[in-house]
Order: sequence, then structure tokens, then C-alpha cells
Amino acid sequence: MNKLILGRYFPGESWVHQLDPRAKIVAAVYFIFVLFLANNWQTYVLLWAFTFIAMRYSQVPIRIYLRGVRPLLYLILFTVFLQILFTAGGKIYFEWGPIVISEYGLINGFYIFCRFVMIIFVSTVVTLTTKPIDLTDGINALLKPLRKMKVPVDEIALMLSISLRFIPNLLDETQKVMDAQRARGTEFGEGSLLKQMKTLVPIFLPLFVSSLNRAEEMANVMEVRGYQSGATRSSFRQLYWKHRDSVCLCVMITLTLGLLWLRNEGLFH
Amino acid sequence: MDISFENVTFTYMPNTPFEHQAFHDLSFRIKSGSFVAIVGHTGSGKSTVIQHLNGLLKPTEGEVTVGDYKLVSDKKIKNIKDLRKRVGVVFQYPEHQLFEETVEKDIGFGPKNFGVNQEEVNKRILDSLSAVQLPESLLEKSPFDLSGGQMRRVAIAGVLAMNPEVLVLDEPTAGLDPRGQKDMMNMFYQLHQKNELTTVLVTHSMDDALQYADHVIILDQGTKYMEGPPADLFLKQKELQQVQLDVPEIIQFLFKVEEKFGIRLPYHGQSIEQLASELREVLRGADRLE
Repeated sequence: MNKLILGRYFPGESWVHQLDPRAKIVAAVYFIFVLFLANNWQTYVLLWAFTFIAMRYSQVPIRIYLRGVRPLLYLILFTVFLQILFTAGGKIYFEWGPIVISEYGLINGFYIFCRFVMIIFVSTVVTLTTKPIDLTDGINALLKPLRKMKVPVDEIALMLSISLRFIPNLLDETQKVMDAQRARGTEFGEGSLLKQMKTLVPIFLPLFVSSLNRAEEMANVMEVRGYQSGATRSSFRQLYWKHRDSVCLCVMITLTLGLLWLRNEGLFH
Repeated sequence: MDISFENVTFTYMPNTPFEHQAFHDLSFRIKSGSFVAIVGHTGSGKSTVIQHLNGLLKPTEGEVTVGDYKLVSDKKIKNIKDLRKRVGVVFQYPEHQLFEETVEKDIGFGPKNFGVNQEEVNKRILDSLSAVQLPESLLEKSPFDLSGGQMRRVAIAGVLAMNPEVLVLDEPTAGLDPRGQKDMMNMFYQLHQKNELTTVLVTHSMDDALQYADHVIILDQGTKYMEGPPADLFLKQKELQQVQLDVPEIIQFLFKVEEKFGIRLPYHGQSIEQLASELREVLRGADRLE
């Protein structure tokens, strides 16, 4: 549980840390879309360069990013292998029934690997350099236009920030309950699947019960402190758009232009 | 069971940016059958010590010995279940671990996991229920229908039903009313004496440590700060203040007496009432002299 890097905040004072969360979220989501413009090796080099610069600027050691990829590595490799095995075209190196290892397959596989890893890296840059609370503020601000479509943006934002706030508590509590049940002789991860599922009951039930209790307490406390659903509220934390945020978006636009240009220069066009 | 820590260091999440050393080069011994209190400020590593006692954690360096079991880094402990059966741990707010449909089943959960036969389990359920002073009428009830204090007693009964040789208590009275605190501590003390348990109590309450323990270990920021019999240890007011610990009420009172009357009464485990009459005797004697 403690090995999870994604979604953790890594305190720091870097350039990326000081960006407005809105800018970071927009940039990261935009990057993921832009990624699909890449179609030849030049574009991938450009994207990798961008990813590395973002990672460098975050001042978080590279090995932490690598650790973030590790849990997903099998999934990525699995997809990559499927690509390699079932894509035909170009020179053929190996053939056996429907399974063909071809030039295009290998290239495609490699590209997909790059895409996955870059998506993970860039989103990790955002989560490692942004406090969860800023992240929710950012999402909230970005969702605001949806209000016109009668989407309850404030409620969604509230639920989001409450959930984010309680993730560490819930993890702590899970650990505590697990420890307590292990002390009473439960062994996790042993025996048949059915047996293993049964050992989860003594963890889930206390967790559900305490979550329900906590929700009730919290609802009471909120009401006592004057919270009313749907009321207009002011915000204690304000987001300020700074020059560097505009710079960040400009970088993204430059990146797109670069990509579009390199696409036409490509090898496999 | 004798327990010993030898030069134990424990680091949480080693080799990550979130690395955190819970304690460093910690050594102490707990004799079989003794009542030991571990005190210290928040974050001094008390709770981490507890998790070493039944093998939930293993030392990063050094060696922990619990009875015949040796816990060393990187080595899998054989028969860990047997160790956990013999070391019962009552965690903080143990009522949060209740989950079964009935009180009876929840208390029986531990012993059943350790392969005790049904007949014996039933006997132990009744025994431990009476040990925590709950009526048998609760057996068929859902643990979630009980009051907070009763829930805690049920959870403790669940640990006692394992028939542990070592009982580890992590802040067992936290969040209880004063009466409940006193009852519960007395209950643990009686159990300790009756079943000849080795008891390890982790607490913030210096009064409890003074009253019940026969040996006190004071931790500060992951190291052992002081250790010794409570009556000696708690007289060292200055040293205790340095690590943000208070002196128990009775001893504070002794110091006040000394300040006011210039008389130093010896502390030998007397209660407030005994102390009052001693003080009266001494003051009378002083009157006569004048």
C-alpha cells in the first residue's frame, strides 16, 4: 500500500510546483491528447524531450517516477506484446499461423510502450508536484463552465475533496484493522481464492462501519458549522493565474506546432 | 515469556523519499511475568515497539526475542501464528475491529483462527466475557448495537479468548470516562495477577504507569531515555520535563508538600488516602516539637 507513488504529493519549491493547478491539469490532459498526434520517431523524440524536461523541472528524483511505472509495467508489456504479435505490415521477421512479428508490429509496440510510459510520467509530474487540495481546487475551477448545464459542480467538488482528504485516513485505518485481525490469527494472501476472499470480510466490515459512522459525524459537524447544500459560498483558497502559467500553456502550443511540423517530415508518412 | 530488544533499529519505507526512522538502537528487556509500562511523548516510537512484539513488523537492524522466537530482518519467522497466539495485542480503539454478527462469534474469532476446538472456544468465550465483566445476555447481540465502552470490552474479550501469555495494551483506556478508565485498568491488573501474564502497557497516563507497572521504560524520539522502577523514575521531575512528560499527581503532591512545609515524605506506593494520613502524622509531630 505504501508503495503507491501515484497520487502522492512530494513537497518542493520547483518551477513546476509553483504552477497553478489549473494550468498543470490542462497541460497534462492536453499532453495526453497531443500524444496521439505522434506518428514517427522524430515526434516521439520531441515528446520524450518534453517529458524529461518536465520531470527535471519538478526536481523530483527520476527513480521515483520509475517506481511509479513499476506497478503498471506488466499491463504495459502485455499490451505491447499483443501489438507486436498481431500487427502485420512491412518486413516480416517471423510467422506462425496468425502470429506475425513484423517491422510495423515492432515499431507500433515500441510506440505504444512510449505512450504509456509518457502518460504515466506526465501525470505523475502533476500529482507529485500538486497538493491534493490544490488539485481539487483546480478541477473545481475547470468544471465551472458545466454549471450552466445544471451539473452540480460544487457538490461534485465537495465530494472530491472529502474523498481525497480521507484516502490517507482510510489507508491508515485499513492497515490498523489488518494488523488487529492478523494479531487475532487471520492470515492474508494464503490458501485458496475462496479462503482469501473470506479473510477480507474482517477488514471490509469494520471499514464500512467506521466509514458510515464517520460520514454521519461529518455530516453533523458540517451542518452545525452552517453548511447548506446549494448555498452560494465564498472560497478561502484562491487560485491566481501567473505569468508562468501562461508560459506553461505557450509551451504546450509550441509543442503541438512542433509535432504537427515533424509529422510531415516523418519516415513513415 | 521473556522479551528482549537488542540494538533494534526500525525504519518505515526504507529507500524511499518517505523514509522514516521510528527508533534507533533500542535495547531493553522485559522479564516474564512482569508488568511493564512504556511511556513517551507522541511519536516516540511506542506503537512501533508493540508491532514488533507479535511479528507484525520485523526490525530493520538488530534482534527482537520473544520467548523462543527470534525476529531478525529478512528472515521469515516459522510458525508466526503460534507467536501471535501467545502474544495478545489490544490495539488502540480496539472496538473498531469488531465485525461479526454476534458478540459470541466475534470473541470466538481469534481462538478459532488458531485452531481451538469448538467446545474449548465456547468455554473461553464465557470465561473472557466474565473477565471483562460483561453479562452473558450480550452474547447473542450484534456488537454494533452496544455502547462504546461495551464494544471495547467485547474487543478485549476477543483478545483474552486467545489465552495469551503476553498481553500488550496500547492505550487501552483512551477515550473512556474516568470511571471506565479506572475499572478497565483494575481489570487488566487483576488479569495480570490471576493468569500470571506478562503485561506490556503503552500509555500516556503517568498515574497508571506509577500505579500498576513494576518497571517503566521511557522512550524519546525513538531512543530509550530512561528505564527503571516507577517509584524511582518518576521522582526525577527535571529529566521528565525535558522530554515533555509530567510527573504523576501523587508525586507532584509530594513535591508541593516539600515546598510548603519543608518536609520530604518518602514515596513507597501509597495511595492518596495513605499519603494524607502520613502527612497528618508528620505535621502533628512537627507541631509537638514546636
